[in-house]
Amino acid sequence: MASLTPAHSTSPASPPLRLPWAWIGVAPFLLFAVLFLILPTAFLVVGAFRDADGHFTFGNLRELFSPTILSAYWISIKISAASALLGAIAGAFMAYSAASGGLPRWIKPTLATFSGVASNFAGVPLAFAFLATLGRQGLVTVFLNASFGLNIYAYGFNLLSFWGLTLTYLYFQMPLMILIFTPAIEGLRREWREAATILGASTWQYWRYIAGPVLMPTFLGASLLLFANAFGAIATAYALTGSSLNIVTILLYAQIRGDVLHNQNLGYAIALGMVLITALSNLAYIWLRVRAERWLK
Amino acid sequence: MKKNRLGHWIAILLGSLYFVVPLIATFEFSLRKLRGVYSFEAYRVVLADPQFQGSFTYSVVLAVITIIFGLMIIVPTAYFVELRLRSLKPVVEFITLLPLVVPAIVLVFGYVRLYNSSSILPLTASTRGTDFLLACGYVTLALPYMYRSIETGLRSIDVRTLTEAAESLGAGPLTTLRRVILPNIRSAVLSGAFLTFAIVIGEFTFASLLNRPAFGPYLQLVGANRAYEPAALAIVAFAVTWACMGIIQVISRNRTAAIK
Repeated sequence: MASLTPAHSTSPASPPLRLPWAWIGVAPFLLFAVLFLILPTAFLVVGAFRDADGHFTFGNLRELFSPTILSAYWISIKISAASALLGAIAGAFMAYSAASGGLPRWIKPTLATFSGVASNFAGVPLAFAFLATLGRQGLVTVFLNASFGLNIYAYGFNLLSFWGLTLTYLYFQMPLMILIFTPAIEGLRREWREAATILGASTWQYWRYIAGPVLMPTFLGASLLLFANAFGAIATAYALTGSSLNIVTILLYAQIRGDVLHNQNLGYAIALGMVLITALSNLAYIWLRVRAERWLK
Repeated sequence: MKKNRLGHWIAILLGSLYFVVPLIATFEFSLRKLRGVYSFEAYRVVLADPQFQGSFTYSVVLAVITIIFGLMIIVPTAYFVELRLRSLKPVVEFITLLPLVVPAIVLVFGYVRLYNSSSILPLTASTRGTDFLLACGYVTLALPYMYRSIETGLRSIDVRTLTEAAESLGAGPLTTLRRVILPNIRSAVLSGAFLTFAIVIGEFTFASLLNRPAFGPYLQLVGANRAYEPAALAIVAFAVTWACMGIIQVISRNRTAAIK
């Protein structure tokens, strides 16, 4: 409990000086947020609407729709959406199976612990792990070739591609989904199912009209969170593919490094576009979560 | 019912397979450095590499600085917002969620442009300044997780009563925070700290673009130039993450046990 030793009483006669302690306590945080979160972002946003001479322009935003940049955004969106959706579906199934599939009790906490680790095991080491698994010399690649004569690379699989990266991202997307979705599943009351069964509902009807609609906002919201999670990621992709895969984070990385687009302000516009996309998906996530909490109290 | 359960088993087994196979593959791969025999040669080479030692130490020190700095600004904020400045709560919560909206690469882009050597606050002009900037970047990365952890801790204790008790014993706000509130949310603070450690230790984007010799860029460099050492490093990194999460589990289990 509170480990306060009785105060060495000084002079209680003089009333303590009333400093606005609460504001003094919060001030460093607010200052920090302005300096290291808000100003840097605002700087880029303003820069996106300026040309090289500092005049106002929409030119940078227009240039975002040039083929190279548009395709970078498009590949990023595709990979993020695919890994978010697949991760959400697979994660939801696993969360459901572990929470209420009638499996041994130790499975759920084990899965939760593992999900905590795996959802944080991203970045460069994750790329190494998948190279060792599904790279040209990877264990699974070699195993499939030696045991079944199945050369996945001959069939067009490539780790350094859309599907390769999606498969790799699933390694942190799926656990994240399990962590978010398990509480929602536990929020499903058994009475709802019993009531439905008494009224003659089939399993399908229960899922279609009761559990499905209750879980749907959480599911969609979590998918959006996973989307934003993958959209801003770079380390895994960079370590995996170098700069051979044209996703928007890698393009921006190259731009910061060496102004490959030969227009500083175009770089700002790319950053602005990214923030807009993640902001939209986060807003939708918050909106859906508010809806979800209506039922899951 | 029996058939149903089979489906659940399959879901769990397939999922576990997907999680475990890459780990096994990475471990197996990391043992293959010497032709024809399994050995820990790749680990020996990596661990003996002065660059590994240097970058790992650098990242550990930076993680510790990040944790201390982060706690110093987050704990008082969460405490006073909970106690006195309720109206500020939505603002503070919005700020703590911002790092999830603004991707790390965008944030560091802003840093590089805003704090370059010709700006008003030329942090990147000196090594120490850049280190400070990197630590600030890591605090923002950890902000959502650290704040949530501490806020949960504060909500599980009776902040108001504890504060009033401390004040009636003559404690000032600083003493109350340091000697009453902090000890009571110790487990929440530790959970946040270890989560931050796990996030910071292998971080790549910030460190790479600020050109600091951290563990993340070192990993990337080894990955681009070596064959078996990256696998060994991946296992090391996984072990570190696992250790952090394991410690958090133990801490939170002790907390629940203590409450009961």
